Parts: sequence; C-alpha cells; structure tokens
Amino acid sequence: MEYLSILFDQVYKILFLLVPVLVSVAMVVWLDRRVWAFVQKRQGPNVVGPFGLLQTIADALKYIFKEIIIPSTSNKVIFILAPIVTMTLALIAWAVIPFSATQVLADINVGILYLFAVSSLGVYGIIMGGWASNSKYPFLGAIRSAAQMVSYEVSIGVIIINVLLCVGSLNLNDIVIAQQDLWFVIPLFPMFVIFFISALAETNRPPFDLPEAEAELVAGYQTEYSGMMYAMFWLGEYANILLMCAIGAILFLGGWLSPLEIYPFTLVPGPLWLVLKILLLFLLFALVKAIVPRYRYDQLMKLGWKVFLPLSLIWVVLTASYLFYFNLLPVN
Amino acid sequence: MIAHSIFFYTFSIIAIVSAIMVTASKNTVHSVFFLILDFISISCLFIMIGAEFLGMIMLIVYVGAVAVLFLFVVMMLNVAQQKNQWFSSEESSKHIPVGLIISTLIFVELIIVVGGWKYKPDLFDINNSIEINNVSNTHSLGQVLYTDYIHIFQISGMILLVAMIGAIVLTFRKRVGVKTQSYIKQISRERSDGVSVVKVESNKGVKIDD
Repeated sequence: MEYLSILFDQVYKILFLLVPVLVSVAMVVWLDRRVWAFVQKRQGPNVVGPFGLLQTIADALKYIFKEIIIPSTSNKVIFILAPIVTMTLALIAWAVIPFSATQVLADINVGILYLFAVSSLGVYGIIMGGWASNSKYPFLGAIRSAAQMVSYEVSIGVIIINVLLCVGSLNLNDIVIAQQDLWFVIPLFPMFVIFFISALAETNRPPFDLPEAEAELVAGYQTEYSGMMYAMFWLGEYANILLMCAIGAILFLGGWLSPLEIYPFTLVPGPLWLVLKILLLFLLFALVKAIVPRYRYDQLMKLGWKVFLPLSLIWVVLTASYLFYFNLLPVN
Repeated sequence: MIAHSIFFYTFSIIAIVSAIMVTASKNTVHSVFFLILDFISISCLFIMIGAEFLGMIMLIVYVGAVAVLFLFVVMMLNVAQQKNQWFSSEESSKHIPVGLIISTLIFVELIIVVGGWKYKPDLFDINNSIEINNVSNTHSLGQVLYTDYIHIFQISGMILLVAMIGAIVLTFRKRVGVKTQSYIKQISRERSDGVSVVKVESNKGVKIDD
C-alpha cells in the first residue's frame, strides 16, 4: 500500500510537469511561426482559435489521423523506435529542471550532468531514424547531424565547466542560488553567447539546420516519416529547444530568481520568472531562425572545433585563474 | 528494499541479455545498439550503488560520444549487409584457439579482480566512512583525484593524448592540388580586391590580367 501511494504521488507530480510542458511546446510552435511571419511581414497562423493559438492542436489532430507509412525496405523496429527515443529523451530531461527552490521533480546531486547526458543522447533518435529509413537523404542527414551534435556538445560541456567553477556544485538549485547576487550572464557573457550559438547547433535550428536542410536533403532524417511518427519527431525537436532554453536560463539567467529583490519583482512567483526567461531565450531562437541564412557545412564544423572549443577552453583557464587569484573559489 | 532489488535485477538482466545480444545479433548495427543499451543499464547500476557521478560520466562519454562515433563507423563501413558471414566461414575457425586463449586470460584476470575486491578486509569500513563524512560522490572523487592520485590521473591523460595524436598521424594524408575555401579569406574580401573601375578607350578594349 505504501509503495502504491508513493507511486501515485509521483505519477501525479510527473503529469503535473509533463502536461504543461507539452501544452507549452504546442504554444511555442505557434509563437515560432508567428515571429517568423512577423519578420517576413506575413500574417502567420491566425485562423484557428484566438490569434491562431490552436493551430498546433489542429496540426497535431491532422497528423494523428494520417496514415503511418513504413517503407518496406526499412529496418522496422528501429524505424519505429527512433521518434519514440527522440520524444522520450526530450521529455525525461524536464525531471530535474527546478521551477523554484522546492518545486523540482528530482533534486539530484548531479542535475547538470543528467541534463548534459540526456541532451547528448538526443542524437540517437536522429541517427536511428536516418539509418533505419534505408534511403539516401535520411542517411546523409543523420550523418551530418551526428557529426554536428557531437562537435557542439564538446563546447557546451566546457561552457558548463565554466559555470560549475563559479558554483562548486552540480546541483541545479545550487547553480541558481549561486546567482543570487549576480547572474552569470554578466561575468561570463562571452560564454553565454557561445552557449546560445551551440544550443542552436545542438537542437538543429537554423542557421545550423543542415541535418534537415530542405534545399539539399528534402527533410533529412525525417524524409520517410509520416503521420504521428513525424509529429513525434517534431514535438521532440521543439521540446528539446525549450529544454536548451531552460538550461540557458538556469546556467546564465538565474533560473527562478527575480531580476531584483525589490517590491514589484518579488510579487511574481519563481516559476513564472523561469518561464519568462525561457520565453525570452526562445524569442531569440525564433528571431535567429527568421534572420540568419543557413551555414555551409564545413564552416559549421570549423566554427565548432576551431573557434568555440579553443575559446571556451581559454575561458575555463581564465575563470579558474581569476577565482584562484582572488580566492573566490567556492569551497564547502 | 524490495523496490531496490527489483530495479537492480531488472537492470542487471537487461545488461547481461544485451551484452549477449551484442555478440549474438546478426546485424552489426543492431550489435552497436545493444552495446548502447548495455552501457545505459550499467550506468543505471552505477547510480543505484550511489556512484551517480560515474554513472552520468559513463552516459556522457560512452553513450553520448564514443558509441555515436562507433555507430557512425559501423554504418559507413556498410558491414550491415555482410550479416556476420565471416564468423561462420571456414577461414574464421583457424582463429578460434587464439581467441580462446585471450578470453581465458581475460576471464582469469576478472576472477582475480573480483576475488580481491570481495575479500578486501576494509571494504565495509570504506563504505561506512563515506556515509559518516556526508560528502557527495562528486566531491569525494574530486578530493582524491587531484591530490593523492594526481600522477596517475595525469599519466592517463597523457596516454589519451598520445592515442589521439597517434590516430591523427596514422590517418593524416597530405593531399596536393585540393581546392579549399578559407572563410577568413572570403569574409575579408574587399570591394577594391574584386572590382576596379577602368577607363576604356573606344575601339581598344581592356587587358585583363589573371
């Protein structure tokens, strides 16, 4: 009985986290399309529901009722597993995101490592989909994406080390609380910029959307997918983007902390601040998609390995030396 | 504790079965996927014994990077179509004695390691001392890694560096006559480099040097 009550308690908590995440993924797709249209002086989706807010729900319904086509030469088990892996990995990472000092599903010691591990596993959905389709465009897309995601993960890892040097803990709540006086975006501003660009590459967003470059590869690894399986790739992609925004907000923008600890700001609860910061980062993501043209593939790899990696490594040495010299290293 | 043992046995069964499937499956790419499943279940076991840092690093390094490159290579080699024919052919049976000797050696070594660990006298004291100190796994690793074991740590880093340089040297080929694009050159191109305004006399034309 005791186990059952613990189980129900956890299931209730998980649903309370996942349903808002899924709903906000749907809203965010709408926001992305609206921002994109706004930059191009178009209207964007504005018909279904108020301001077109229900457009994504309508699209999802359309996907559900479409036929799922599995190519006869594909590797069927892996072909079906690929979107499931993408979707699952995009959702399980939210378990450790702290929405306030107490509102966190799993407050684990190695929270940031967990996030990093889950986001580094995200490449498997794409590789599996691309390989199992047994077709040229998906395979090329999958190979591009594997190389791209592995390259940019390295610099994201080094950037996380920068932040961890200032915090002295791998717990996400500790990282947020360490920014009580000063958000890390100010002392580590170059790292924030590199993190943002690497996050664009990690989530295959434009200008780094080479795995699904429609001009060259039809739709990359998603070419053979249809119906609900395509929709799962699509939802997983946006959930991943929101997740990277959340990681950026926690590492650099102070997570659930309010910008100033004075009267009007303290009225707004912590979770709302986190949501606002995630939305701010997402708006940047959407604007970049609308403004910047696609990178060439060799430039993308050069940027990752020859610019971002050395720069962030140098910054680790600088941060460590600064903290050591001024005796600011967090020791507990 | 019941839930704990249920999880433990689930993960161990998945680990063992997927380890067997790595060698047993006909398709090489499937083998790599089973290897990844094996890594994941082993990192779950690490987390269950309280070594959460090792478990996460295992996920990041082995599953997130090494296995991706592994999969990459296996897919590119197109061995999937060979379907492990090599292992059942006449030629491969010549290698069975060598393989047997090596696997016996590894097995004996494993027995020695496991036996030594099992009968280590102060095993339980170490367990208790961690709980008393109330230091997290990551902190206790960091406290010894850069102080007591700094030389071993540095040497293993050196070995990895040498292996990396060796891999680059072995595969590096200087190709001549290859046209490459340098983006620094492309960006730093000025208008004056490309366009020049020339006064052309009529019926004479311009001489273009290239």
